[in-house]
Amino acid sequence: MSTFLPHFPATFIVTGDPLIYGAEVSIVLATVGILFVLTYFKKWRWLWREWLTTVDHKKISVMYLIAALLMFFRGGVDAMLMRTQLIRPNMSFLQAEHYNQIFTTHGTIMILFMAMPFIFAMFNIAVPLQIGARDVAFPYLNAVSFWLFFFAALLFNLSFVVGGSPDAGWVSYPPLAGLEFDRGPGENFYLLSLQITGIGSIATGINFMATILKMRAPGMTLMRMPLFSWSVLASSILIIFAFPALTVALALLLIDRLAGAHFFTMFQGGNPMMYINLFWIWGHPEVYIVILPAFGIFSEVVSTFSGKRIFGYSSMVASLMTISVISYVLWVHHFFTMGAGPGVNSFFAVATMCVGIPTGVKVFNWLFTMYRGRIRLTVPMLWAIAFIPIFAIGGATGVMLAAAPADYQYHNSFFLIAHFHQVLIGGTVFGMLAGMYYWWPKMFGYMLNERLGRWAFWLFNSGFYVTFFPQYLLGLMGMTRRMYTYPANMGWNTLNFISTMGAYVMGIGFIVLVMDVVYSIRFGERDVTGDPWNGRTLEWSLPSPAPHYNFARIPTVTSRDAWWTSKQERSRSDAPRKLEPLQPIHMPKSSGRPFIMSAIFFIGGFGLVFNWYALGFLALLGVLVSMLLRSLEYDTDYYVPVEEIEQTEAALGRA
Amino acid sequence: MDKTTYRKRSRTRKLGITAGLSLLTTGCGERYLVFRPVGPVGQVEKDLIILSIILVLAVIIPVILLLWRIVWRYRDVPGNPAPYDPEWSESHVLEVIWWGIPIVIVGVLGAFTVRDTFLLTKPPERTAAPLTVQVTSLNWKWLFQYPDQKIATVNYCEIPTNRPIQFILSANGPMNSFWVPQLGGQEYAMPGMAMRLWLQADRSGVYYGHGANFTGRGFAHMAFNVIARPRAEFDGWVQQVRHSAPVLTRVGYQSLVQSSIVEPMTFSAYAPGIFESALLKEGGMYMKRDLTMLGRSHGH
Repeated sequence: MSTFLPHFPATFIVTGDPLIYGAEVSIVLATVGILFVLTYFKKWRWLWREWLTTVDHKKISVMYLIAALLMFFRGGVDAMLMRTQLIRPNMSFLQAEHYNQIFTTHGTIMILFMAMPFIFAMFNIAVPLQIGARDVAFPYLNAVSFWLFFFAALLFNLSFVVGGSPDAGWVSYPPLAGLEFDRGPGENFYLLSLQITGIGSIATGINFMATILKMRAPGMTLMRMPLFSWSVLASSILIIFAFPALTVALALLLIDRLAGAHFFTMFQGGNPMMYINLFWIWGHPEVYIVILPAFGIFSEVVSTFSGKRIFGYSSMVASLMTISVISYVLWVHHFFTMGAGPGVNSFFAVATMCVGIPTGVKVFNWLFTMYRGRIRLTVPMLWAIAFIPIFAIGGATGVMLAAAPADYQYHNSFFLIAHFHQVLIGGTVFGMLAGMYYWWPKMFGYMLNERLGRWAFWLFNSGFYVTFFPQYLLGLMGMTRRMYTYPANMGWNTLNFISTMGAYVMGIGFIVLVMDVVYSIRFGERDVTGDPWNGRTLEWSLPSPAPHYNFARIPTVTSRDAWWTSKQERSRSDAPRKLEPLQPIHMPKSSGRPFIMSAIFFIGGFGLVFNWYALGFLALLGVLVSMLLRSLEYDTDYYVPVEEIEQTEAALGRA
Repeated sequence: MDKTTYRKRSRTRKLGITAGLSLLTTGCGERYLVFRPVGPVGQVEKDLIILSIILVLAVIIPVILLLWRIVWRYRDVPGNPAPYDPEWSESHVLEVIWWGIPIVIVGVLGAFTVRDTFLLTKPPERTAAPLTVQVTSLNWKWLFQYPDQKIATVNYCEIPTNRPIQFILSANGPMNSFWVPQLGGQEYAMPGMAMRLWLQADRSGVYYGHGANFTGRGFAHMAFNVIARPRAEFDGWVQQVRHSAPVLTRVGYQSLVQSSIVEPMTFSAYAPGIFESALLKEGGMYMKRDLTMLGRSHGH
């Protein structure tokens, strides 16, 4: 029965490295500081009522954004540490163990705990407002998704100081990630935290698909829907069909590790290749899950700041949907070198090249949206314009990698590293930063500072080229990824040095970005009109930030770019608009249960990490009880009375 | 076995393509191993890489020029005389063009890709009989066994020039990938699997090789050299090894399997069946068909 009792491994608290001691001290200090501030200013009740129990998509969006920026910082620090270790050959800045942990957490955090919450922040702030809805289809579930993500991220990051971080790469291939070669709890942290956040992601996918399909304002047919919402629909479909594969892969590997099964072990007929297939059946669609919303943002931003309709709307929709279908039949290109027959490799090679076709079409459509427009070079537009050359080159190297026999020479080399950073940073990160600057006034009611924003943009963008172009060359010189050190005689030294310098410049760019946020909280220009960019879609018809019910009256849509059209109609006629009388608004009630249930998930996950089954099963029971209580709850919604709506609207200056 | 053509096909293409891109590959020195192939496999791959670079440049360059031009011409400054047409958003002619161009490019690159993918599963065109080398990735070292010569090495591999080498890849440990850039592209070395990779060196030399798939703490030290020399010299080396080096016993093999980083080693003989038994122990049921295939390729 000893396994049912808490058993503390010798390395429960990670020790032995100055970096880790520093982190431990700063975590304790930060926690104490936060607790003190909340208590001193009597903010506990405010925190609980306004944030921890909220089901409002706009507040959930804010929380996703803050979490994404924090995780961007953590993943970015990992990147700086790695690049510092590689600045010269034979550096002893990091030991192999630390380097391995750091590239593992860098990849995992950047994809699952930075990119995913960042896109969800954008989903949440923009989709309901763009389609004229008062919230998402399932607001309570939306809160569950956020808190599952939040506690999963907490669990994952906890591994840094408790038990040790995972170190088998973000792909976590067995048998390296199996018990034979990895006894420590780090790998369990990886498996359980991804499992928990994965549940949240699937729920978000379902939620936004339902929202977009069922909750559009009257008159907003699918083909009148803003392209960002289209991209969210495509991304949600991908989430729903791809994440279950990850769930299965992680669950089977966890069963291998906890219960000694042999799905993916080397011995007893286990088959590690099956994990690799399952992982990438999720993993490839995953990169489109995080890139398609960025495409949507670029479509909005380019059209708004060119003062022009998006070019080739139908083709843009067709290419989004084509990409989401093709992306399911590409996964084998992550392992052309695993020895599948030439027929299989040929199929996946050509399919991979085919995804370049709709993507190329989108690039040309963005270009021709700007053509004969009036281009305002605001910060969101700068990110969108800079995206085009980076993504064109990143896409091109993607097509090069797709040629299977050529891939035999690029695979797992720095050429590959440069490629996927180019598409993921140039695509997703640039897209999310464009979206952040674009929708920031809608989220917070004030603008981010343009001047600091430009500095951040130029530093980050130029640092990007300096960091990643040398890595293409390093790959062609034979340097493979995940090497914590390299010999001095291969001719790799100069290029590695340059790459590290570029990474530092990107790091400075990120710091300036944070400075911009901090500066603007105090000094940012207030957005009193609700339409600071002369926008085209419905979110700009609302005050910034929007009232909690979004629309006092649900608008009726008669065309694409609904807000643009209605602004033009108003400028043409002076006749006073006829307003429908206000109706009471049906809204969901706040609930603390998503927070509590996710906290129980966290406790159970933590228990299973250390094989404390009693705690694990107790927590599972707690989760089931939470769900049961929710099912028995009937008082979940209320009506906002007309007087309250009138008062709110009047206070916002809208009659 | 169908021994077509590698060489002839790649030569016709080489004439047309490499001329234009010689700038990319020469003058940058000898360090770009992928662009310095010494055998037919690496050559086929290099040609395909160069073709793909040309094809994608045909898209990237116009895109970047167009972007630069459009942003400059239509920027929002007072008195900009360029036309402003906020409602213009459809053109079937233009859209047909940019659906069409990528389709043509993918068609061309796809055709060459498929051809070369099939080509590389066959031995390079040579009259010489292939030499088999069994490669095992161990934590964190490479074991090379020569079933025909009955000798073994660790962390280096000697091969004869101008003779196709049939590398049979496996692992007794985490999955790795066997990569010698100047000979040609890589393939995974996995526990419980034996996979074939054809390579060949046409010139004598010492070629850098490294594991390409992360295997844990000592992964960065999994470098090895492939030493290619003329047949006679290779045979002389084999004779010398047979007479001078120690034997790799089962116990010795078991100690190699343990995690460690070691210097290159040489063995005059090895306990029979270590490669096959490691395969079978680790779920080689997937490999029964392949094992018979491999059995046929050596041993006479």
